[in-house]
Formats: sequence, C-alpha cells, structure tokens
Amino acid sequence: MSDLIDDPTPGINAPEFTVTELSGAVKRTIEGEFSHVRVRGEIGRVSRPRSGHIYLDLKDDRAVISGVIWKGVAARLATQPEEGLEVVATGRLTTFPGQSKYQIVIEDIAPAGMGALMAMLEKRKKALEGEGLFAAERKKPLPYLPEVIGVVTSPSGAVIRDILHRLRDRFPRKVLIWPVAVQGQKCAPEVTRAIEGFNRLTPGGALPRPDLLIVARGGGSIEDLWGFNEESVARAAAASDIPLISAVGHETDTTLIDFVSDRRAPTPTAAAELAVPVRMELLAWVDGQSARLTRGITQSTTQRGQRLRDLSRALPKPGVLVEAARQRLDYTSDRLGPSLHAAAQKKRVRMVEVSGSLRPASLNRLTAEAKRRLGDRTSRLQPQLLTRDIERKKNDLGKILARLDRVGNSQVAKWSTDLSALERMRQSLGYEETLKRGYAVVRSGDQVITTKSAAEKATALEIQFQDGSFKIGAKPSKPKSKPTPPPEQGTLL
Amino acid sequence: MTDKPVGEMSFEEAMAELERVVNQLERGDVPLEDSIKLYERGAALKKRCEEKLKEAEEKVAAITLDTDGNPTGTTPVEGL
Repeated sequence: MSDLIDDPTPGINAPEFTVTELSGAVKRTIEGEFSHVRVRGEIGRVSRPRSGHIYLDLKDDRAVISGVIWKGVAARLATQPEEGLEVVATGRLTTFPGQSKYQIVIEDIAPAGMGALMAMLEKRKKALEGEGLFAAERKKPLPYLPEVIGVVTSPSGAVIRDILHRLRDRFPRKVLIWPVAVQGQKCAPEVTRAIEGFNRLTPGGALPRPDLLIVARGGGSIEDLWGFNEESVARAAAASDIPLISAVGHETDTTLIDFVSDRRAPTPTAAAELAVPVRMELLAWVDGQSARLTRGITQSTTQRGQRLRDLSRALPKPGVLVEAARQRLDYTSDRLGPSLHAAAQKKRVRMVEVSGSLRPASLNRLTAEAKRRLGDRTSRLQPQLLTRDIERKKNDLGKILARLDRVGNSQVAKWSTDLSALERMRQSLGYEETLKRGYAVVRSGDQVITTKSAAEKATALEIQFQDGSFKIGAKPSKPKSKPTPPPEQGTLL
Repeated sequence: MTDKPVGEMSFEEAMAELERVVNQLERGDVPLEDSIKLYERGAALKKRCEEKLKEAEEKVAAITLDTDGNPTGTTPVEGL
C-alpha cells in the first residue's frame, strides 16, 4: 500500500527543462499574457543613444521595469519622456533570455493625469525662463499700423471670425490666415511650422510677409490647449522676428506661448484691438492736426502783420528827423558873413592902435645918442703910450740875450775839457788797452769766464783779442750716441 | 527733423513728425520763412497720413499648403 502513496522525494516525476526551454516558456507566458498592457509609473533614468531608440526605467516606490521606445515610435510620440514625469505607458512585455531580463516595449506614453501635465509644464516653463526667453527686454514693440497681419489659427470657427470682425471695425487690413489644427496631436507641429513659415516669407515676395502675427485659439480644456504648451511652439514664438500676439483660450487660461509672445491678448477679439488702431480716431486726429497747422500759420502771419503795423506807426516821418538840423544850418550860415567882417574889423583897429606910436624921429634920436657915445670913446684912445712901452721891452730882451750867449759859451767849453780828460782816463783804465799788451777776454755767451772750472763747464768759448774775437767750437757737454741715419734707399728709377 | 522723405514714411512716422511740426508752428517762435516751410511740410505730412488711412482695405486670404505643410499660395477667404 505504501507504493500507492506518492513518495514525496522531490525531482522524481517533474519534467526537466533545459535553460533555453525554460527561458522560452517564460518568454511565451509573459509575452502572451502581457501583449498589451498599460502601466502607470514615474519615469526614471532616460538614455538616448545615437541609434535613436530611447531606453528608460519606469518605477514606483517599490519596483522598477526597464522600458524601450523604438526609434520610429519615439519620433511620433506626443509626449517625450522626461525623467520624473508621471506617465501611463502603453505597450507589451518582452523578455531577453540572454540576460534573464524582461522589459516593456512602449508604444505610447501619456502624462498621468492633470497633476503630471502641470508638473511637466512647470518644468518647461522654468527651463525656458532660465534661458531668458521670458525676459521683458526680448519683447518687440508692435507696429503702430501693420500693413499685413498673419493669423495662425483654425480657418473655420468663431476665432478667426471674431478677429476679422474687430479688424474691420477698427481698421481693415490685409490678413493672411495660416490654417492649423488648434488641438490634438497635429496642433503643436502645425503651429510651429506656421510661425516659422511666416518668418521665412520675404518682404515683397509673392506671399507678402506679415508685419504682425496673431496666434489664436478659443477657450477649451487644458488638454485642448495643450498644443500651445509645447516647447516647439514656445521656441518658435520666441524666435519669431515678426512681433507676435498670443491669444489662446480665455482670459484665465495661460499657456506657455503667452510667456514668450511679445504681447498676450486675453481673447482673440482683444488681439485684434492690440493689432490695429481705430481708423476713425486717426482721421479725426489728422483733421485736428490740420486745423492746428492752419491756425498756427494764420496766427503767425497775423501777429507779425499786427506787429509790423504797430512798429510802422511808431516810426517818425523822415522830414521831422532833418528839420532841426536844417534849421541849425540856416541859422549858422546866416551868421557866417557878418562874423567874418566883425573879426577883420577888430584886427584892423588893433593894428591902427599899435602903428600909431611908430615914428622916424624917435629912431633918429636913438642913433644920434649912440653916435655921440662912440665919438666920446674914440677920442680917449692914445697910440704913443703903447709904442713907448714896446720900445722899452725890446731893449730889456736884447740885454738878456747877450748875457745868455756869454754864459752858454763858457759852460760848453768847460764841459768839453772835462769830457776829453775823462776819455783819456777811461782809455788808460779800460781792459781794451790791456788787450794790446797780450791779454785776452774769455766769454761764454754773455758770461765772462774767469775760472778754469767755469771754462770746463761752458759749452762754447769766445776769446776776444785786441784786434777782434773768435769762437772755439761748440763742444757738446754730454756727447750722446748719435742715431745712425737709415741707409739710403735706392731709387726705383 | 528726420531726413526721410515724407513719401517713404510709415503712418506712425508721419504722425509723429506732423505732431512735432504743429507744435513747433504753434509755439510761434520760428522765423516767418521757416514757419512757411513748416506749414508746407505739415501739409505734406497730413497728406501722407490721409493716404495711409485711405489704404484701409480689407483683404483676407488663407495660405494653401502642400502635403508637407509648405505654403503654395493663397486662396481668398470670404463670408467670415
């Protein structure tokens, strides 16, 4: 009976798998059971190698599943996986027997609920703000009166109608509509392309380039407006060279494009109001300026005319200016003749007065007096006294001359006698007489040599005899070796 | 005073210049010769402004796109 009881020894009856068989079985089971699953989780690490596939982790607080998004799928995903994003991923599980691994091949990925969407939006906003795309100094001023307005919106619907109505009321303009889907998958790429497309148009080309863009959409749920939260749309709006007004949703809805646009309008109608001024008001303004202009010029000329008249009244008549001068001239010239007469008369009277006392008799009297005084003086002159005095002085001079003659002669005779006595004495005392007796005088230059030692030192000697002197050769005091003259060189010629 | 010929000015430029000219003329401290020139310039600017305001023509067209989403031309839009 005991045989009937199954022996609990393990491994006896169970089928035995190879590793490959088991892995294949697991693969079949997992891929069969989980061929289409939706899994909710937070995206962990994301890697994007050059192959274009995306590898990522899906996790919650206790588990992790590896995931892969193949290149073709990744390109058309509405939501690009970002680390930290809460998502619902749709796909299938596969195993990877070579490494005992399994993973989810993701075919679609969507943010999990409103919170996740808003968190993602917040993150994008921070990133773009960090790049400075929201900066006030980036905002371009809107043209005062745009010629062509480009509108990026749905070609049908209330939005474009509202915009066109309001434009018509204020200032009809040329409008180019770039039709786009304003919700759903195609919204973001189409809006992006529209903004870029308008910027690519060349001014004056076949399609006129707008000088103002309006990106508009009516109100809707946050999911409906989501296209305008996409980064590509925001970047295109930021990069637009054409000033851009965003008008997406109602006043309370704010999408990412509103932060980067140059102006945000709360509604499409408001966008039209921002876009153009009111034509009638401008016409009125121009009329007003015209009136001011006319008034200005009229006033200017009127005032000047008035001032001219005032001044001309104040101007005196030219006759008045010269009258006084003329009168003075008349008066003065009248006095000219008589005054000349009077002056001559006065001078004549004075002349008569002076010449009255001038008579020849008085002159005669003066000369007679002078003649008498002259005679008086002449009679007192006696020449005899002068000659007598000269005679006496001549006599004295003769006597003195005779005495001088006598004294002079005897003095000279005496000096002559003394001189010959002195000469005889000099001749007998002088050395020259001695020379005649056989003596000689020895000189060296100006020195008289009197000793033998002096004679030996002297370089040259001169000996004077009674009948003249002669020199004894200039013996060198210290004979030196004479430099031998160089041997004479034979001439070449 | 800008050197730009009045005929090339945008509405906004012409407007600003007109206002400047009117203010200057109204101040009344410009010589007579200059005030006549100012008046003439003002009249030309006014004409320019009115021209630009007369160009108030509504023309609405939608851009047609090929299958790749590139613009190919326009088609008139009516009835909106």
